[in-house]
Amino acid sequence: MTIAAATAEPDDPYRIGHGRGGYGDSEATGHGAGGPAPRRIVTAYGFWIFLLSDIIMFSAFFASYAVLAGQTAGGPGGRDLFDLRNVAIETGCLLASSFACGVASVAAEGREPIWFYAAMAVTFLLGAAFIGLEVHEFAGLAARGYGPQRSAFLTAFFTLVGCHGLHVSAGLLWLLTMMAQVFAKGFRADILRRFTCFSLFWHALDIIWVALFTVVYLLGAGA
Amino acid sequence: MFGKLTWSAIPFDQPIPLIAAGIVAGAMFAVLVWVAAKGWVPYLWQEWITSVDHKRIGVMYTLLAIVMLLRGFIDAIMMRSQQALAFRAPGYLPPEHYDQIFSAHGTIMIFFAAMPMMIGLMNFAVPLQLGIRDVAFPTLNSVGFWLTATGALLVNISLVIGEFARTGWLPFPPLSEAPYSPGVGVDYYLWSLEISGAGTLVTGINFVTTILKTRAPGMSYLRMPMFCWTALASNLLIVAAFPVLTATLAMLLLDRYLGFHFFTNTGGGNMMMFMNLIWVWGHPEVYILVLPAFGIYSEVVSTFSRKPLFGYRSMVIATMAICIISFTVWLHHFFTMGAGADVNAVFGIATTIIAVPTGVKIFNWLFTMYGGRIYFASPMLWAVGFMVTFVIGGMTGVLLAVPPADFVLHNSLFLVAHFHNVIIAGVLFAGFAGLTYWFPKAFGFRLHEGWGKAAFWFSMTGFYVVFVPLYVLGLSGMTRRLQHYDVAQWRPWVLIAAFGIVIMACGAACQAAQLVVSIRRRDQLRDVTGDPWDGRSLEWSTPSPPPAFNYPVLPHVEDGEAYWTVKQRAREQGGLHEEPDYAPIEMPRNSATGFVCAFFATIMGFALIWNIWWLLVLGAIGAYATFVVFAWRDVPEYVIPAAEVARSDRANRNARREALAAEAARS
Repeated sequence: MTIAAATAEPDDPYRIGHGRGGYGDSEATGHGAGGPAPRRIVTAYGFWIFLLSDIIMFSAFFASYAVLAGQTAGGPGGRDLFDLRNVAIETGCLLASSFACGVASVAAEGREPIWFYAAMAVTFLLGAAFIGLEVHEFAGLAARGYGPQRSAFLTAFFTLVGCHGLHVSAGLLWLLTMMAQVFAKGFRADILRRFTCFSLFWHALDIIWVALFTVVYLLGAGA
Repeated sequence: MFGKLTWSAIPFDQPIPLIAAGIVAGAMFAVLVWVAAKGWVPYLWQEWITSVDHKRIGVMYTLLAIVMLLRGFIDAIMMRSQQALAFRAPGYLPPEHYDQIFSAHGTIMIFFAAMPMMIGLMNFAVPLQLGIRDVAFPTLNSVGFWLTATGALLVNISLVIGEFARTGWLPFPPLSEAPYSPGVGVDYYLWSLEISGAGTLVTGINFVTTILKTRAPGMSYLRMPMFCWTALASNLLIVAAFPVLTATLAMLLLDRYLGFHFFTNTGGGNMMMFMNLIWVWGHPEVYILVLPAFGIYSEVVSTFSRKPLFGYRSMVIATMAICIISFTVWLHHFFTMGAGADVNAVFGIATTIIAVPTGVKIFNWLFTMYGGRIYFASPMLWAVGFMVTFVIGGMTGVLLAVPPADFVLHNSLFLVAHFHNVIIAGVLFAGFAGLTYWFPKAFGFRLHEGWGKAAFWFSMTGFYVVFVPLYVLGLSGMTRRLQHYDVAQWRPWVLIAAFGIVIMACGAACQAAQLVVSIRRRDQLRDVTGDPWDGRSLEWSTPSPPPAFNYPVLPHVEDGEAYWTVKQRAREQGGLHEEPDYAPIEMPRNSATGFVCAFFATIMGFALIWNIWWLLVLGAIGAYATFVVFAWRDVPEYVIPAAEVARSDRANRNARREALAAEAARS
């Protein structure tokens, strides 16, 4: 099947702008008249709900960072510590890895194993580079005596950024598992549903990073 | 090798916890031996432990809730009796033990009795009411249940290995920080709630998806039974609030384990941030509990008044209004902690506003009863008892919502009486009403009415005898959590409250007797038709107990009272609708994932509490392996042949045809 045929099914009732608001009566399931939605929709929908809950968890860490950002306890603040060049490279890696993940989605839709593995490998390498840079930054801070125990500001910083880093690390483990699954099982429907969840997860981590990059690093270095 | 764990962790010098733990362990061991001797292990493993059937998981949740309710109730008896004895005397519980008991009582009652009770009833009833075969993610449902059970297990392990928290049901810093609570008690609390909280979160995600995406054909939002609406609101609150709990407890864990400075006195930590974060979860939590309870009352009141629910749409609006407003009132839990008059006024007003949709609900139930043909079966008794009692609790709540009054009453027994007033009458009575109401659906026979009514009257009377004195004591200045006291004018009221708990214990005994009597007389109490209460929503169209697939053919819903419409048509036409075409049904296969995953979660929790790091690594590897094994399976479903579906449905149709004929002959 070609990529175009896989992505543009003519009677897909879930296409954007094809809902009740757009064209009157919808054939779409899960809206009442249609009965239960198909598995593909239910799985992705459920995973979206999980991502929203995850974003709420991050919002608690963001809130704690906002409260504690000024509490340096006589230690250094963001302006003294943040290296924006390092952070820019990190951001570049993560955003590029999201692009690679998007390529992997297209390859999966088109059932192109070579492209899929290649794109996933690039995603992994860029994600791993991001983690490497972050660990390097953390280790550098700790070596200078500015670990999370130093002040409430550093506590909140390490927790917020580290929580995102843990998510990316878990994502890397998931990515490898996903590649192994495709290798062992092929592009089966349940594997593709799982891959959809993975790519949603990976993109959501970008959204959080953009907020984190802005609130912690840009505002912190400028303040 | 074993971290902080040594023989001194077992309290050999304290007879009470040791004897209690001995009895519990002995009972568990006896049950296990009995089950093994009877040869029931394979049955339990295949039909229950690995089951992904929402009905079975619902039953297991409810069972867990009842067991933990008993544990929490024993804690309550100990607290009341300690206070009865501790007038100018030390009583029989030393302070460090008494503090663990009130902490465990609150933790267990909220997280491991009330939550599983409500989630269990939702699990059982919501998919049936929506006219579908299971929840959106059946295996995840099993994972959610077993993680909750893990949390409950860890709390109970603390009884005999180590200690439980002495910091109350919410561990406020700085008391809960490592310098002031150096033992493992707070760690037991934190890890059990992190693990069971993860279980609750996946359940919430599961139910939101189920209700929004997998309803039967024709079941539009405004045709859903009220219990489904309140379940939706409650699960939306779970999804929005529980991540905050997870994050907040994680911060406290980081403070305790790694010396971070979120809530510490030193290093710039801010303990008021804990107050704000924990109550941003904590206030929605009470609505997570009480909204499904409102749904149960709506079903019960409508069914036993033989009328559609009055003001359905206003009920939906009220439910969703509570769902949103519940996130704007959290600060009323700490009016006295210096936020200032303006902030207090805003939150005080928001708190009084939330009483409005609740009032709408009360009036809707009253108007549902008005002009109805009311049948006072025991679920209806619980519902009426709730309405009277909850209004009192609601009014004392509005009183506490007024900041100047709160400055006088906060942290007193008045507050304790208030929240027991709303939680016992609101959630616990709903749990009992729901249990009695859906029991025949789950097991195929009704519960004994006489014992049920006796249980209601004892519980209701006992409740007032315990908590009215607590209101009085609060007004006369007695603060909560006192291990001993020497104010003579308090003594009579404390003794009355202690007497009240004896009455409540009679209620609990009646419920135990009800269960035993009902099981022994199950043939007389058999529910043959599957519709014992002349119900109105879809679950009553299935046989009791329903087959694994619930519905032979997904029902087509035509209006708000899906089954009532079908039943009325059958009554008018004098016969059932035509037999449908039966097709084979695919159902999810059972999976041990939930149980195995909870096994490793228990190991990891225990390892973290006692700092046994190698065990933690083993547990993590095991948990990851479990997920991979689950992800690797090739056949996730099994097929129920059409002949089997037809056999089950024809039996149900025959029973209903006979019931219809008998009804026609009577009239």
